[in-house]
Amino acid sequence: MDITLMLLAGFSLLLFLLVIELVRRSRLKEKYAILWLCAALVMTAFSFSRELLHSAAQLLGIKYPPSLLFLIGLLFLVIINIHFSVVISQLTDKNKTLAQELALLREDISRKDLRQER
Amino acid sequence: MKILIIIPAYNEALNIGAVIEDINTNGIDADILVIDDGSCDATSVVARGKGATVLRLPFNMGIGAAVQSGYKYAERGGYDVAVQFDGDGQHRADQLEALLLPLRQGEADVVIGSRFLNEGCYEAEIHRYAAIRLLAWIISCCIRQRITDPTSGFRAINRNAITFFSRYYPDDYPEPETIVLLRKAGFRTLEIPVFMKQRKIGSSSITLLRGVYYMGKVLLAIGIDMFKKVSRR
Repeated sequence: MDITLMLLAGFSLLLFLLVIELVRRSRLKEKYAILWLCAALVMTAFSFSRELLHSAAQLLGIKYPPSLLFLIGLLFLVIINIHFSVVISQLTDKNKTLAQELALLREDISRKDLRQER
Repeated sequence: MKILIIIPAYNEALNIGAVIEDINTNGIDADILVIDDGSCDATSVVARGKGATVLRLPFNMGIGAAVQSGYKYAERGGYDVAVQFDGDGQHRADQLEALLLPLRQGEADVVIGSRFLNEGCYEAEIHRYAAIRLLAWIISCCIRQRITDPTSGFRAINRNAITFFSRYYPDDYPEPETIVLLRKAGFRTLEIPVFMKQRKIGSSSITLLRGVYYMGKVLLAIGIDMFKKVSRR
């Protein structure tokens, strides 16, 4: 096992453990951990098994096998970021609905207060 | 007919009083709802002082979310017609009756007041005018109906359209996009000529750079809307 692969294997394992630990401490929701765990698992598998990495690289016409790992990492980052953009959009929408609801309720209450005073 | 006039306002304490008075003195039998979009000035206080109902949003959310709050209010309050009216004094209350007429006669679901149907009555800076023209042309092609003033925020809509808008309304720069959405949902839109007050030079909130962003965002939204399935309910 060469040094690059060892580094990547170590990094992938650390990433895996970090995500698990964050979930355990309730700092990260399971829902958002899944993609990170998938990324870490795939990276770990490829960096520990030389055979797997080399045959996959050969299949895809990649001359320097460890660069396949970088490619996988990059693709996962893209997917995770799109996922985040979707989640942010949903949150923005919910936030808008909440604020509108708040304004409508406030108006409701002040109108009821006025009626009671009369 | 139960009519609600929705006035979105952001830091318009200096104008909002005159706007409400203008509506009141023109003898329209309507409730006035001011949406205070998180202003830092006395917009809410002034509007309440003039007898308007005020929805105060907890923070600035932009014109789309503000106007939609008004449509939600209209939907829950059982209004038959909702009118959108600018809080900066650009729109004229003496044009309201003309805007409402097609709705009273059931000729349209949505009526848009156009500055450009009266030839030569409204002057805008050249790049602004060109952008509006281009947008008008694109939208007219998209919906196969002639639209002259797609950015006009002077509109009256009926009950069905109120329900539609209270479900979905675009966030920023909503006016041009809603024309396309309304068409896709099968509503009848009608443009009528109206007079608007001239905005003083330089006070427009849309600068050149923002104008480019505006066009990009609106065109993207309209392009995607063309492939969207829009249901009426």
